[in-house]
Amino acid sequence: MENLNALVDAALAEVEQAGDIRALDDVRVKYLGKKGEISALMKGLGKLSAEERPKAGAVINEGKQKVQDAITARKTLLEEAALAEQLASETVDVTLPGRGEMPGNLHPVNRMRRRIEDFFLRLGFDISEGPEVEDDFHNFEALNIPSHHPARAMHDTFYFGDGRLLRTHTSPVQVRVMEQGKPPFRIIAPGRVYRCDSDLTHTPMFHQVEGLLVDKDITFADLRGTVAEFLRFIFEVEDLPVRFRPSYFPFTEPSAEVDVGCVSCSGEGCRVCSHTGWLEIMGCGMVHPKVLEHGGVDASEYSGFAFGMGIERITMLRYGVNDLRLFFENDTRFLSQFS
Amino acid sequence: MLVNEAWLREWVNPAVDTDTLVKQLTMAGLEVDGVEPAAPVFSGVVVGQVESCEPHPDADKLRVCQVSNGSQTAQVVCGASNVRPGLKIPFAQVGAKLPGDFKIKKAKLRGVESNGMLCGASELGLEDLIDGLMELPDDAPVGTDFREYLQLDDAVIEVDLTPNRADCLSVRGIARELGVMNQCPLTEVAISQVTPAIDDTLTITLADSDACPRYLGRVIKGVNVKADTPLWMVERLRRAGLRTIDPIVDVTNYVLLELGQPLHAFDLARLSGGITVRKAKADETLVTLDEQTLTLRDDTLVIADDTAALAVAGVMGGKPSAVTEQTQDIFLECAFFAPLAIAGKARSYGLHTDSSHRFERGVDPQLQQDAIERATALILEIAGGQPGPVCEAVEDAKLPRQAEIALRAERIEGLLGMALPAEQVEDILGRLGMAITPAASGDAWTVLAPSWRFDMAIEPDLIEELARIYGYEKLPSRVPAGSPSGDTVGENVVAVRRLADTLIDRGYLEAITYTFVEPGLLKQVEPRVEPLPLLNPISADLGVMRTTLLAGLFSTARHNLNRQADRLRLFETGLRFMPQAQGELEQTPMIAGLVYGSAQPQNWEGKRAADFFDLKGDVEALLSLSDASAFSFTAGEHPALHPGQTAALSRGGEVVGYLGRIHPRLAADLDLPANLYAFELALAPLQQGILPHFAGVSDQPRMRRDLAFVVDAGVPAGDLVAAVRDTCDERLTDVRIFDIYQGDSIGENRKSLALGLTFQDRSRTLKDQEVNDLVEAVVSQVKQQFNATLRD
Repeated sequence: MENLNALVDAALAEVEQAGDIRALDDVRVKYLGKKGEISALMKGLGKLSAEERPKAGAVINEGKQKVQDAITARKTLLEEAALAEQLASETVDVTLPGRGEMPGNLHPVNRMRRRIEDFFLRLGFDISEGPEVEDDFHNFEALNIPSHHPARAMHDTFYFGDGRLLRTHTSPVQVRVMEQGKPPFRIIAPGRVYRCDSDLTHTPMFHQVEGLLVDKDITFADLRGTVAEFLRFIFEVEDLPVRFRPSYFPFTEPSAEVDVGCVSCSGEGCRVCSHTGWLEIMGCGMVHPKVLEHGGVDASEYSGFAFGMGIERITMLRYGVNDLRLFFENDTRFLSQFS
Repeated sequence: MLVNEAWLREWVNPAVDTDTLVKQLTMAGLEVDGVEPAAPVFSGVVVGQVESCEPHPDADKLRVCQVSNGSQTAQVVCGASNVRPGLKIPFAQVGAKLPGDFKIKKAKLRGVESNGMLCGASELGLEDLIDGLMELPDDAPVGTDFREYLQLDDAVIEVDLTPNRADCLSVRGIARELGVMNQCPLTEVAISQVTPAIDDTLTITLADSDACPRYLGRVIKGVNVKADTPLWMVERLRRAGLRTIDPIVDVTNYVLLELGQPLHAFDLARLSGGITVRKAKADETLVTLDEQTLTLRDDTLVIADDTAALAVAGVMGGKPSAVTEQTQDIFLECAFFAPLAIAGKARSYGLHTDSSHRFERGVDPQLQQDAIERATALILEIAGGQPGPVCEAVEDAKLPRQAEIALRAERIEGLLGMALPAEQVEDILGRLGMAITPAASGDAWTVLAPSWRFDMAIEPDLIEELARIYGYEKLPSRVPAGSPSGDTVGENVVAVRRLADTLIDRGYLEAITYTFVEPGLLKQVEPRVEPLPLLNPISADLGVMRTTLLAGLFSTARHNLNRQADRLRLFETGLRFMPQAQGELEQTPMIAGLVYGSAQPQNWEGKRAADFFDLKGDVEALLSLSDASAFSFTAGEHPALHPGQTAALSRGGEVVGYLGRIHPRLAADLDLPANLYAFELALAPLQQGILPHFAGVSDQPRMRRDLAFVVDAGVPAGDLVAAVRDTCDERLTDVRIFDIYQGDSIGENRKSLALGLTFQDRSRTLKDQEVNDLVEAVVSQVKQQFNATLRD
């Protein structure tokens, strides 16, 4: 048994010496393998008496176990060291930027357009579109603006000389939608519109959203409620003051201009609102019976409201853009600020 | 329109301050654009009188004056040429503060003491023109504060009237509105018939009574056109933005502002024969008051005598018949012209006058008699003269009729969402000057609009009036009950949003460029199509409708590259406008994109420039949203693109777009880099997706075979892959190109394409032999079709 102790001590020493998993395994084979030196002691048990044998066996097993435990412990240690080494070698500089593309973004006007669309989609409106090169009938006549109407002078129109023109508003889509379908109608029509005007506060092309709701029992109250809800949604001001003023559009009657309390100064008066505390935001009204008639809708059965607003103006107010012309210069230093 | 508050308050004087009054107007639909003081702030100025003028001992142009302020006399040195003894002038005394914070102090001018300053109108901020001392009338009370004397503490209110409210283009009209709102009576100016002193008349012929159903005229002889227009009138004109000309013109302008009726005065001596209101003869010419020679069209109404056209009716008078300093006798015109006859005419001759502005919107057809009497009285008062009788030509049947409109209580509620009590309906309409006859049932009325409310035509017009006066703000508000829209968008439809978002997620910024572009640029980008030109472009460089979105994107690229951009990924959606045969126009929604610079944002690994395949990858990403397999790419041609690096994209055999590298010649012409890539695709084909259909998941093992074919360099890889697919059946589940090689080892002008073919059967394990048979068929097919050999 002295031999056993010597073997165990030698084995333990070698386990401690083993520098890697492979060396450690060699030690295991050398002492605990089938032909290992400690395993060999078991074979000597046969020479002992039946009484001595279990005791001696237990002593050998104890030695074996001691060595095995040491190997396991050493193995764990070595594995951890190896892993630590691997991890160290795999370390990257996590402060370096990631690889690949970053998303771009929508044009600010279309960003706002989507938000407007989302509101009305939720209210069950459809999105309709119409041609930008329009005819006189849909842009003017059908909207109760006959050829010599003074309102035409207010629409500085681009003409093509053959009766066609660039639509001056999105209102012709109202007429087209009514012509092509049957009431009730619930649509908004966003898109590009054109006026022959270009200065600090006008661009010859800009965007409007038209809205039209035609159904039974639609009143001015529905118009007021819808528009007020919409404006509070857009500007995210729950108690936003909304003011309806009498106005005039040939295609609505009664007509109104809608003001909101200045979102820049909360109505105190500032440069944005020309010190009035109010911002003119859209025009609207109850659809004129003649327009319903042009659209083939029975005005004795149906009534409706319509509204129209400029998207650029709302975009400017909402995102603090101070120069309209930036929208169409498409300078990426401008565009990329709306992600 | 500019209206001054003091004048307005002479007509109607509600007990409200200026701010409230202005707010009332705005909330009644007469939007106030601004309120300005009638004169800038100044103080210490009184009506003074020059008692004596002596030459200055040391200066030729200066006078030493003794000036009275009513209680004291002060010595003032003055350089104005019109200073003279007896003259009454605005006198700024020592201690006065003039506009621009200019303080008047005791001073010595060339050694002579001066105690104050005699003022011109410009020094008091009343006009821009510097024109000597402001001469006050003889009856000006010396010593009175000048501001008080001229009522300068007045506000000038700018009202932006909508085209329907022509009845408010006068002090009387706005006063009426304020009266209605404040339930306040109107003080009408007293108008009485002037008794004729002479018998002179002119015959008046209405040759076009549709256009001019009423024409009034009056001869006034012996007027003094050199008389001074009274200061109060000059001031009221000034505050309305008009300059004084002579008493005759001033009176016609004054009555226009007061009552809203344009008038015109002719020099009687310049007329020959009677007056005819007729259409111009084609190419008839007329020199207008502002000295333009107009060549008239035969759609234009004119006032003519027996020999020539004298005036463009309702727009502007002619120079030859105008009142001048020599005029002794005048013929005063006061007519009603139909709006349709005047509308657009002034504009068509490049004119716009206070008269045309009113006539094309409408003038009260019952106003002419009052207006001519009012104007006559004022002329006689200021310029003297002997009036003849009013001569009138009228065709009553052609005059606009006062609208008679049926109004129902039920419609009021139907439109406004609330019922108005009958008394309130009757009260409001009555205040507006409407004559109301209630129906026996009590829930309907017949309403006769006053002659000045010619904008009233239909029931909703009346309901709007009710709402307006009741107050829009007091009307109810509700969100309409939701009934979901009838239309539905198919699930298979790919929204434009989704396409845009895909590009955005791949690093693109969205641009919005003008749909009208520079014709030269467009010709360079798309020379094959003649674009639609605008008749009246805003400028030459925005002259034609785009036939391709690429023009705008190229311009945008140049704009940004000129500003140091080194990498661009831009896209736009919108219409292109393609003229077709017979003047038809196709307005097609497109999506276009542009790529320039490094394939990915520059990073620490170095960079690779984007090329055709980066662009194509983006396009393929778009196609994958609908049904990528429905599309095919072939080598294509586009005038803006590099002939060797352009693909045409087709769906169902129809070309739906192009992608490629910019043509080097175009790049040079447009001063753009040559390694710029762009695509333009029709949107509609990209939106036709397919509804997903589950095809089961197969657990059968896949078998892959890699084959490298050597073909001529010109053989399109796409064709080879298509042939492989066509040769096999559905057991071939995937083909991909995993390597391309060109080099000496395979011969000149040859290339090797390595394809990975994946085979799988849905229901059973494929046998080696089956796959071998398929591969063999492929090899033989491509050998036959492309002379392809298997690479060793």
